[in-house]
Amino acid sequence: MKNFNGKILFLDRSDINTDEIIPAKYLTEITKEALKPNLLEDLKLDTFNPESDIQGKNIIITRENFGCGSSREHAPWALEVNNINLVIAVNFARIFKQNMFNNGMMAIELDKPVIDDLFKVFSGKETTLTTDMDRNIFLLQTDGAKKEISFSLSQFDRELVMAGGWVNYADSRY
Amino acid sequence: MGKTIAEKIFDAHLVDNPSGDMHVIKLDAVFCHEITTPIAINDLVSRKKDRVFDAAKIKAVIDHVTPAKDSKTAMQGKIMREWARRQHIKDFFDIGRNGVCHALFPEKGFVRPGYTVIMGDSHTCTHGAFGAFAAGVGTTDLEVGILKGVCAFHYPKTIKVNINGERPEGVYAKDIILSVIGRLGVNGATGNVIEFTGSAVEKMSMEERMTLCNMAIEAGGTSGICYPDMVTVNYLWDFIKDSYFSKDAALKAFKKWHSDSDASYTEVINHDISELKPLTTFGYKPDQLKEVTEMETVKVDQVYIGSCTNGRIEDLRAAAKVLEGQHINDTVRGILAPATPGVYKQALKEGLIDIFMDAGFCVTNPTCGACLGMSNGVLASGEICASTTNRNFNGRMGKGGMIHLMSPASAAATAINGFISTEHDIKEGGNIH
Ligand code: SF4
Repeated sequence: MKNFNGKILFLDRSDINTDEIIPAKYLTEITKEALKPNLLEDLKLDTFNPESDIQGKNIIITRENFGCGSSREHAPWALEVNNINLVIAVNFARIFKQNMFNNGMMAIELDKPVIDDLFKVFSGKETTLTTDMDRNIFLLQTDGAKKEISFSLSQFDRELVMAGGWVNYADSRY
Repeated sequence: MGKTIAEKIFDAHLVDNPSGDMHVIKLDAVFCHEITTPIAINDLVSRKKDRVFDAAKIKAVIDHVTPAKDSKTAMQGKIMREWARRQHIKDFFDIGRNGVCHALFPEKGFVRPGYTVIMGDSHTCTHGAFGAFAAGVGTTDLEVGILKGVCAFHYPKTIKVNINGERPEGVYAKDIILSVIGRLGVNGATGNVIEFTGSAVEKMSMEERMTLCNMAIEAGGTSGICYPDMVTVNYLWDFIKDSYFSKDAALKAFKKWHSDSDASYTEVINHDISELKPLTTFGYKPDQLKEVTEMETVKVDQVYIGSCTNGRIEDLRAAAKVLEGQHINDTVRGILAPATPGVYKQALKEGLIDIFMDAGFCVTNPTCGACLGMSNGVLASGEICASTTNRNFNGRMGKGGMIHLMSPASAAATAINGFISTEHDIKEGGNIH
């Protein structure tokens, strides 16, 4: 299973598309690792600087419809090679979400008021998140604030995560 | 309750039902090309799972950029080549024998009624023309397909499009599928298979059915699908004649891949084509359509005839019929990319290549070429191309370029006039303006 704990990167925008996650010009790359320096380099967001803000982060919390646009699987890969295996949002583009779980990563949807609250309480502060896969709970902590948030996961998605993705799952089962 | 053809295919291939309507199905063929496969191969190698489930069921081709145009595309080809050798994949088509995947593989008889097929390519839906379930997938799905010969899908829902009516002269399969996409919209079939039925489809050749199914994805469809019939049997006969006593026996066997009359559909659309006119696109989405005659003020810089949509022999014949004895406009660059070596050779035999070259066309080797804006006719910013391909997305054939999708006959007429035209414009006396 991949790592779902660590520091949070808050991206305060809806409709972040796969071109912003990893631009099309990198599609001729033949390794996932090659995508590492280019994650989110075209993201249109005033308060965000890809050169300094991605380093050391393991989780993204964002608004609505994350991963829309082209269905390229390079988007989750670019996150994966940067050790970001968990994205939390109000909702996701369907294929992006499927691609995340296929890679043993998690795309978790939380209600809009919950996300709004997380932005209010934690954004702009150094916040860590710990995932409890047994109880389906995220624990968020920063100086002075602490919160437990429960999440849901379909049985199939959980098994993909436990197996480390669809390749391992299928290889052990079929 | 009866079943649709897609449901029948799923039920016959079911391996597992891990949750909800997720179905893991067994694959009859996994197709591979050099753009999406190398990263799957490299990932398998790094996981120490460099294996294939069945080398005979994997078919591979280098088609998107061939010959290689730079170091990166050369490396993609190299990875494919070495992998095919290492895994003993016999049906691997390298330069000299290669052509656009969705034209080449059917020509080789690799798709049969009732088959399940995946490929890391969105136009895999083309192969549904044979009564197969054929879907484009992402790299991880492709990787699992290569490794285990299975793929997970939601149980298929189907939209049935009944195409009826006498087809007017000058209207081709391309115009018909464009009109269907216009009706459904670019997301209208998302999450559904599109079943093409009706008297107009029954009269179509396999080439035309492939053109139809090829663009199912442009309406969001997972796969296009046509019922196998005598046309299908005739097309496949050379490949299947040892398995069936007669053509009638083959037909009888194939008929199990027809939907039941009481099958249930998301939607049934009756689409009458008797008043249809040649169509073209005007924006960056394939459902933004106008009649070709409404677009005759648009001058073009390039005309591209080829691709998995319209690079087959019948397409070349239709274009050549318009071009015969004509010369393309001085302001236009004409590019023809026959989709496969078989198409190219047949066109040579029939004198079609002469017609294209005498008209002033450049004839390239079989490849995807300009269709995806990587080689052989990339547009400069501000340039306009009349194209027989399937996607007019912004930047598809080159950054800042504009694409108008149309049939090969309309494309040929456009090349002659220098502005968007139908074949009628040419028949009625050459350059009309
Ligand atoms: S011809 Fe164009 S659409 Fe068809 S497979 Fe090649 S790149 Fe894709």
